[in-house]
Amino acid sequence: MSTIATADTGHHDATKEHGHGEHHHPELGFLQRWVFSTDHKVIGLQYAVTGLSFLFFGFLLMLVMRWQLASPGQPVPMVGAFLRSVFGQTVMTDAGALTAAGYNVFGAMHGTIMVFFGIVPVAVAGFGNFVVPLQIGAPDMAFPKLNMASFWCFFTSCVIMTGSFFVPGSAAKSGWTAYPPLAGIADLEGGNIWLNGQTIWLIAMVFNITGSLLGSINFITTIIQLRAPGLTWMRLPFFVWAQFVTAFLLVLAFPPLEAAGFMQLTDRVLGTSFFMPTGLMIGQSVAQTWSGGGSPILWQHLFWFLAHPEVYVLILPAIGIVSEVVANNTRKPLHGYKAMVYSVFVLGFLSFIVWAHHMYMTGMGAKVAAFFQVTTIMISVPSVILLTSLLMSLWGGSIRFNTPMLFATAFLPMFGLGGLTGIPLAFNAVDLFLHDTYYVIGHFHYVVAPGTIFGLFAGVYFWYPKVTGRKMSEFLGHVHFWGSLITINGIFFPMFLQGMAGVHRRWYDGGVTYEQLAGPVLHWNMVMTVSAGLLALFQLVFIWNFFTSWKLGQKVGRNPWDATTLDWDTPTPPPHGNFDKPLMVYRGPYEYSVPGHPTDFIPQTEKV
Amino acid sequence: MSAPHTDHSSQPVLDSSSIHDVPANAAEIASHAVEYLKVGAALLVLTGVTVGLSYVDFGSRNMNIVVGMIVATIKAGLVAAIFMHLKGEKITIWRFLVMTGIFAAGLFFLTYLAHSDPISGTFHATH
Amino acid sequence: MSNLISKYFPLFTDKEVPHTVQARPDTGLYSAKLGIWLFLASEVMLFGGLFSAYIFLRIGAEPGYWPSGLLNVPVGTMNTAILIISSVTVVFAWAALKMRQLGKYRLYMLITILCGAIFLTVKLSYEWPAKFNHFGVFIKKESASKYEAFLGNKHLEVTGQNPRWEITGHLLDAPKGSSYAHQAEHNAEHFAHETGRHDAVTPAEDDYVIQVDAVNANPSDKDNDRPHFWPRETSTTLAVINAKDVESASVFAPRHSTYFATYFLITGLHGLHVLGGILVFLYLWLPFPGGTGLYKTNPEHLANRVEIAGLFWHFVDLVWIFVFPIFYLL
Repeated sequence: MSTIATADTGHHDATKEHGHGEHHHPELGFLQRWVFSTDHKVIGLQYAVTGLSFLFFGFLLMLVMRWQLASPGQPVPMVGAFLRSVFGQTVMTDAGALTAAGYNVFGAMHGTIMVFFGIVPVAVAGFGNFVVPLQIGAPDMAFPKLNMASFWCFFTSCVIMTGSFFVPGSAAKSGWTAYPPLAGIADLEGGNIWLNGQTIWLIAMVFNITGSLLGSINFITTIIQLRAPGLTWMRLPFFVWAQFVTAFLLVLAFPPLEAAGFMQLTDRVLGTSFFMPTGLMIGQSVAQTWSGGGSPILWQHLFWFLAHPEVYVLILPAIGIVSEVVANNTRKPLHGYKAMVYSVFVLGFLSFIVWAHHMYMTGMGAKVAAFFQVTTIMISVPSVILLTSLLMSLWGGSIRFNTPMLFATAFLPMFGLGGLTGIPLAFNAVDLFLHDTYYVIGHFHYVVAPGTIFGLFAGVYFWYPKVTGRKMSEFLGHVHFWGSLITINGIFFPMFLQGMAGVHRRWYDGGVTYEQLAGPVLHWNMVMTVSAGLLALFQLVFIWNFFTSWKLGQKVGRNPWDATTLDWDTPTPPPHGNFDKPLMVYRGPYEYSVPGHPTDFIPQTEKV
Repeated sequence: MSAPHTDHSSQPVLDSSSIHDVPANAAEIASHAVEYLKVGAALLVLTGVTVGLSYVDFGSRNMNIVVGMIVATIKAGLVAAIFMHLKGEKITIWRFLVMTGIFAAGLFFLTYLAHSDPISGTFHATH
Repeated sequence: MSNLISKYFPLFTDKEVPHTVQARPDTGLYSAKLGIWLFLASEVMLFGGLFSAYIFLRIGAEPGYWPSGLLNVPVGTMNTAILIISSVTVVFAWAALKMRQLGKYRLYMLITILCGAIFLTVKLSYEWPAKFNHFGVFIKKESASKYEAFLGNKHLEVTGQNPRWEITGHLLDAPKGSSYAHQAEHNAEHFAHETGRHDAVTPAEDDYVIQVDAVNANPSDKDNDRPHFWPRETSTTLAVINAKDVESASVFAPRHSTYFATYFLITGLHGLHVLGGILVFLYLWLPFPGGTGLYKTNPEHLANRVEIAGLFWHFVDLVWIFVFPIFYLL
């Protein structure tokens, strides 16, 4: 009977009874171990690596757009010819400049990729898969096969979505929101009804949503059913709570969008008119392609019914990661842990009834607008409780400013800025002015870029040692952090200034055509573009650090950060089945600096 | 369950004689069979009632819809409570379903609300 | 063999994840039970999205543009009954397994599968095709007076009902170049064969000729104000409609109207669920290692599988309980 090589404590009853799991594992070939795996850690890595790649890809799309905004019509330097050969003539001119259609393609795909193929896979599926079962002391997810099916659904959607760049007319160009009637007619004139960007976008989204649903069901079941003995609800690390609520948001909010996706699909391929109004004019004539009687507003309701909870899907896992990192590096318990748990639930609940604040411009009546205004303002209360608790956690701590903590600390003001700039948008009257301006872009990018993505970076630096057994370079980490922090503000802060001046988010030339309006703020375009370019350079530092540390980083043991939660109570890297000793949880998740204890942390499994 | 840890890392090995035995609650399940038959019959009758009522004029079409939906809801309740064992189901499941119900109702109601309260003259302009 | 499978397809290996069969004491649930209920919760939201679209579009539909009485009520009623019966047999199958009666389990499961198969067959080989050979023409409002004999709007106005803009029936002649020309030709031959009349095809190249439904044949008849249970014979009255007066013309396909669009989408998606249920039941009925094969090693596990598959099946039944009245009756 071979037991786990790294087993160092305890007598392992489980291996005696069901030992096949472990000693089959080394026999698995590369494909079985790293590609078609049912192990939650491998699937988490698959998600994270795929998602990080898409984050980078989505960022590069935006770089090309930013070039176009700062130097309209100029060929993209250095890579223009290459982009022309990859993306074709719809997207790039022969000289290597971005076309108007190309700008729309890149804009739509930037949004889609960042949200559905970048952040959600990394934050929810990547970190969730790897960390949640470890933190709750489970040997794997509740449904390992379903977990694998979820990843392959997602991967299929990635292939389809990426492939859509190479069909005639290129990828979807109706925004990540895919609003009809524009999205309903896009690319249909004279084109193949199946082989075009928007139709393929819908098909890819159906796969993506299905993968998300399967994954979320798995998360919830795992958290409820597989918690280790003694790990009661209020002893759960906050990250697990964040993932738990996130999974609920996905399970309940995504299906209406899936339904809407089916409807838009039939609008496009079967000539139905769920979203196409009667008497729709295309060019000079009334379109006879649809039967009419539909409503574009219906799409917006169904879309935002998902997409507002989706915003919290993007941010909650990041808050969870930041909470873990903050508690660990302040060497203090989280301030107001219970208040945070209740807040995250209230946040999740309220996020379902605020969606129409995205739709103030649709001619919504005053009563409905007032309702959504009130709920939207209400949702800022739990958000502020979360942020305040994290800020208070810093108070009086002897903070270790390692790379994860730097990112986590920066998350707080950045997320705060993003959140506070959202409050004016909640008000109907203000929103009518700011709607679709760069102010909105600045607002939600502060939430998701220096907010969520910094949270994700904190997580990558934090759990990297657990995954690989080595730390990432602290020096390169500091370079990455400071460079990113400065440049990312250089990108997004000027957006508020431009937005309040009235610069519209969808202008292809950055506002040159509307110089009378945008003139005083046009020069910010160059600042933002240069910042974006520099931000890209600093990400190369991260990528270099990520790959070289895998082999060259400083070797670490089980618990390099002196952390308390169960994920640091496994061998590093964790073997198949995760734990090498019997688990029993005796205490809450953040017992740091307990007076009278010899170390400044007490692992949850320590009885004392 | 000899040691506290065994709960999560191993299951008690079922000895092969016990799992083939008829479970202790077999008699209870058998008694349910009659209940299932009754509910099935009730559902069939209610289907007939739904169809029949749809040919009765309750004054307006909306009233007919309300009546039809009430009967359908009763039928759905029977299926959920008896066939799906929701009657007496664990509290965990109930909690989820209540939340789901609230959000689904929100989706229905607010969609309706948003539709019924447009600024006049803009929403229906194309009709 | 099973070693070989698990070596190359870890998808089929079993892990030692707890609570796959035995309930966790504090929740009282085995994991799959929780999982299927969460899945059903998401299904509630999926169909919830579709039904809210139905409400939204129906409320928003202009008077006279939301048809009724176009579906075959007796067939729909029969299909409803079949699904209800299958719901009863599937709980019986589960109860049989619980009492360790394999023979009974097999029988009840077989009946369930057959019921599902009948439901789908009726849907796909009878109900849907019948719709695809039924034609509707929406008349432009400004031309409606010309077709008053088929629309009966005066009568509807007097009695306080919604106006009627559509003439339905079998298409016998279509304007030149119409994609329905072939179907019209076929119908015209049938019409000539049945009635001996050869006046269905007009020489004009921009006319629709429709052998109208009973409603359009006597639109002012009070008998037509309420829907009928038994579908009535198509009349032998012919309506000749000039293409210039037509707002839209289509067979009863998804593109006909938002009514048929929602009908086909919801029943189509529901049909896919029925198909999925049948496939799962077949897997559990046949002697696969995870199907009846499991009875030998762990009958309780098989019973659990039947229970969660059954929960899914009941949900599919439950959705149909709402689909049936909102499309067929109301």
